[in-house]
Amino acid sequence: MSLADDLTTPVEGDEDKTPYSERGPAPVDVVAGFGFWLFLLSDIVMFSAFFAAYAVLVDHTAGGPDGLKLFNRTYVLIETMCLLLSSFTCGLCSLAIERRDARGTYLWAAATVLLGATFLGLELSEFSRMIADGAGPTRSAFLSAFFTLVGTHGLHVTLGLLWFVSMMAQVATLGFRPIVVRRLLCLTLFWHALDIVWIGVFTIVYLGARW
Amino acid sequence: MSEPTTTAKAHRTPGKGHGSVAGYLAGLGFAVVLTLTSFWAAGTDTIWEPAVPILLAALAIGQMGVHVVFFFHISSGPGDANNFLALLFGVFVVGLVVFGSMLIMANLDANMVPMDKLMRMQR
Repeated sequence: MSLADDLTTPVEGDEDKTPYSERGPAPVDVVAGFGFWLFLLSDIVMFSAFFAAYAVLVDHTAGGPDGLKLFNRTYVLIETMCLLLSSFTCGLCSLAIERRDARGTYLWAAATVLLGATFLGLELSEFSRMIADGAGPTRSAFLSAFFTLVGTHGLHVTLGLLWFVSMMAQVATLGFRPIVVRRLLCLTLFWHALDIVWIGVFTIVYLGARW
Repeated sequence: MSEPTTTAKAHRTPGKGHGSVAGYLAGLGFAVVLTLTSFWAAGTDTIWEPAVPILLAALAIGQMGVHVVFFFHISSGPGDANNFLALLFGVFVVGLVVFGSMLIMANLDANMVPMDKLMRMQR
């Protein structure tokens, strides 16, 4: 079945044979999820502009240190593993939410926050080491682009962590009511999107530093 | 992977109601293997050097695909058309911004008067 057919004719095996045009608005859950998916894509488009800036400015080091001198691959690999594992625990958290299992939700959210905080701590210590070595964002165009791109990703991780904490407070006080579950769904999607951006960061910024 | 029972299959929400522990484990496994391969490929001498960036790009795109399928549960199947079309449009814009910028800036750079020559011309 082509995409065009899919948009106009009901899906096979679907009990509801009414055409889409006569079905009325989609359920709130679907609208919220789709809207948040669009937001995430637009966020990724914003990141693509920072990636483009980095790719253009990567060789403009103004006589300062280049990526090969600054980046430590082992360090980045540990950061990456933290983020990948946190995506996994975030997935387990969303399974616990679907079961309406409060204890499981807290447990896996705590694991996710812990891994995310570890990632953030490693990144901040890397940043402070670079700035202490005189390779701060004002040193060269390359470093400005680097700190903007990686810093914006770090900012997203920070916001995600704060969001996790506030959602856990909402689960504790409001329970799994529909609005809370929708917010939790958006949060887990946000967290997975951070991982996708990080794949671009470690491939282009850290592993691309050899060329 | 159980099918959703309450909402119509025609509308699906990214990341909702399609996950299982096995699915997330598989996603994690694929992602870890692809990441380790990337880090290995970037540091090794066994691969012909000009081929390494292409391999890294392929691995990164593959890993993004793994994340989209196993973590976001977006597919090209029926009922997922809206999400998939949005994804395609996002990928299109990202490609346009990144490669367009690189192309334009490389062209500008190649056609620009060198800075020392420009300084002399202004005197």
